[in-house]
Amino acid sequence: MMRSIVGLAAMLAAMSPALAAEPYPSTYQAVAGPPVLIRGATVLTGTGERIDDGDVLLANGRIEAIGRDLQAPAGATVIEAQGRWVTPGIIDVHSHLGVYPSPAADSLADGNEMTSPVTPNVWAEHSLWPQDPGFQTALEGGVTTLQILPGSANLIGGRSVVVKNVPAVTYQGMKFPQAPYGLKMACGENPKRVYGSRGQPPQTRMGSVAGYRQAFLDAQDYQHQWDKYQQDLRKYEKEQAGGRKRKAKDGDEQAQPPIPPKRDLKQETLVGVLKGEIRVHIHCYRADEMATMLDLADEFGFKVAAFHHGVEAYKIADRLAEKGVCAALWADWWGFKLEAFDGIEENLALVDRPDNSCAIVHSDSEEGIQRLNQEAAKSMARGIRLGLSIPPERAIRWLTANPAKALGLGERVGTLEPGKMADVVIWNRSPFSVYALAEQVYIDGALAFDRAHPRPEPRSDFMLGQPFEGVLQ
Amino acid sequence: MKTSMLIAALGALCIMMQPASAQDVLIRGATVYTLAAQGTLENTDVLVRSGKIAAVGKGLTAAEGAKIIDAKNRPLTPGLYAGLSNIGISEVEAEPSTVDATLNFTAPAWHQQWRPEFDVTRAYNPRSVVIPVALVEGLTWTVLSPASGDGVVAGQGAAMTLDGRYDAVLDGSRSLFVDWDGPGPISGGSRAALYMLFDQAIREVRAGGAVNEQSLLHPAGREVLSGYLNGGRVVFHVDRAADIRAVVAFARRNGMKPVISGGAEAWLVADELARAGVPVILNSLQNLPGSFNTIGARLDNAALLQKAGVRIAFSPNDVYNARKIRQLAGNAVAHGLPWDAALAALTTTPAEIFGLGASRGRIAPGQVADLVLWDGDPLEVTTVADQVWVGGRAIQMRSRQSELRDRYFTPGASR
Repeated sequence: MMRSIVGLAAMLAAMSPALAAEPYPSTYQAVAGPPVLIRGATVLTGTGERIDDGDVLLANGRIEAIGRDLQAPAGATVIEAQGRWVTPGIIDVHSHLGVYPSPAADSLADGNEMTSPVTPNVWAEHSLWPQDPGFQTALEGGVTTLQILPGSANLIGGRSVVVKNVPAVTYQGMKFPQAPYGLKMACGENPKRVYGSRGQPPQTRMGSVAGYRQAFLDAQDYQHQWDKYQQDLRKYEKEQAGGRKRKAKDGDEQAQPPIPPKRDLKQETLVGVLKGEIRVHIHCYRADEMATMLDLADEFGFKVAAFHHGVEAYKIADRLAEKGVCAALWADWWGFKLEAFDGIEENLALVDRPDNSCAIVHSDSEEGIQRLNQEAAKSMARGIRLGLSIPPERAIRWLTANPAKALGLGERVGTLEPGKMADVVIWNRSPFSVYALAEQVYIDGALAFDRAHPRPEPRSDFMLGQPFEGVLQ
Repeated sequence: MKTSMLIAALGALCIMMQPASAQDVLIRGATVYTLAAQGTLENTDVLVRSGKIAAVGKGLTAAEGAKIIDAKNRPLTPGLYAGLSNIGISEVEAEPSTVDATLNFTAPAWHQQWRPEFDVTRAYNPRSVVIPVALVEGLTWTVLSPASGDGVVAGQGAAMTLDGRYDAVLDGSRSLFVDWDGPGPISGGSRAALYMLFDQAIREVRAGGAVNEQSLLHPAGREVLSGYLNGGRVVFHVDRAADIRAVVAFARRNGMKPVISGGAEAWLVADELARAGVPVILNSLQNLPGSFNTIGARLDNAALLQKAGVRIAFSPNDVYNARKIRQLAGNAVAHGLPWDAALAALTTTPAEIFGLGASRGRIAPGQVADLVLWDGDPLEVTTVADQVWVGGRAIQMRSRQSELRDRYFTPGASR
């Protein structure tokens, strides 16, 4: 296992010159620090294991070792964590922090480009305000990685961005290095309400499906144009190379290089989906609509990474597991709209039940993201009440390994295994409790939050200098 | 003839809908959170007779035919309140045809009319599918509150029992709800105008005279507001510390009994609220500057208020997920609120705030037998209600959600 992860790191390093050509690159740099040995804790690894009286060693930004009676390397910080619980950093696959930040001012509402139902050309990162005070409160709840998505007003809402929950002046400083992009899509009530009320398509669910299909047909056409261009170019280059060898005869027409098609940002994103480079995240509540979207994916040959919200996912739990599609869910939201009418508190536990399932607790909320552990606890309790066996070591995967998988980051974060990024939370007790608090949060091995020694000043520039800090002191 | 038969039939139907005249219930051996002077009593019995609590003690005996429950030392609490909510007046929030929570004539601000006579309890539907969803979670009553529409005064609401009866308003709990959340269309663009408008309404009530086009109030509205200006309970939704102070002083000066709802920055004026005896109904999870009125929001708001001597109650201000109120209490404990005070903020304190202290919020003789037997710490998110009683009647622990679950869940297949 360790070897394969090291191998992956080497591969990524080798790829990085190519990726450096990507626009808007990550500038995130892990903070260097001494090794950290966490000793004597109840460790939930995220792989489904629980180690009582376990140790976790972090070094050079990675999980170095995990087990019992580990030796502290020279210069290591040793944390005696008896009675504490240790988990991987929490990953929220559905956040609008930064794009719908606090305060909810009109001038900061940058999450939905509601000017057209198909906007794969917009990228959430270009809306992301790194000063959203919600990042810090999420960190205090143990959240180390987030996917920031555009909203659900559009059929195709744009690209997501995955960030590490670190303080930064720019979003590039938070951007998870080499994380795949996601594409936000939405079914159901929202797009038809937004556009239908304006007399524009879609007004109906059938209009929505027609919208997705046409968008992907256009993308196929675009891809075909580029494929053809690449072919022509290769042919041209070959001819040119051949031409140099043999003498051009008089009267030969001078061969012209092919003209590349005009670049189209919308189609580039959708072609990324068709090639499997961009992961598809679909806001979808109803079981029948999720099934339609699975057929859409089959029609165009892409894979759905995750359905988000999925209040009816329990009705098709087996199908989701068979397809290897994750379901990112709330513990108990329901009823606020008709497509949420059939929500039940056992949704997560039932979605988690089949083999090869991928149940995820998500927030979609600046409040919920602060206590995803409690949301998981609620779902766990409901499942146990049904007679299902859901020990903490299984339920923690809903917050760690499963969301990592949905983001295409399963080899890099989400579990406490040697070689993985050292994103770690130390809890004051079992995280599956309303009284649980994250005591320390590590990101890439660096202490990002310490409840015993909070920063004297707020992380967000917006909160700095507000006349409340220190009032009680 | 036909009409009278119909009336008779309807009468019979109404009787059937009433809770059955309850048999005696003896809950034996519970950990009883009385929220009264006795505090928490281990291994204690609670006797319920005619829908009320008859006795609390050890070794109680019941009359023949009583239903006896062995609590096995599980926690027994009073029925919880569901916060300020729209339960029974908002079936599916995004479907306006199912929502009765808001009076909104969409009048322009310069034609503003205040309708304090709007009483949202009249729209209450005890057959809402939302009610069993709340009830099975131990929520036995709520404070039905109108949502803000196109006037500063949202209208009247009241505490309601969720026991399924049609006439569900709890006597003495009717209150006026006022939205004081800063500048907006209903305040003409400045929070200062909230006082200006309210002063105008008060003047209309006090001075009388003919109602004309410039009047804020209709005659019925004058009559209703007059009652609230004579010691009536007025719930002001207000967050900013400066506004809270000013509203309390304004309410007092004009004969109203203020209750603060929201109160994100109430901790900043905790001592003043304690001195004035003004309670705060809050969401203890609010810690972000959602607006410029809540810049000072923090997770220990509840703890700081309680420490200063302010009476607090929780409210998630939700309909469908009103059950989240226990989570609010648990989180407040995690951030410094004493556990007993947190449970009181779900039971005794809201009952007292809404004038129901004599009948609800405690496990004591004479109180309505709204009771919940839990499978663990009632403030813990992993805890589930094992049995709920309303008015001494054990409810069926079913809801539309449990029906859906059972339709799609096959026990025993795997895991």
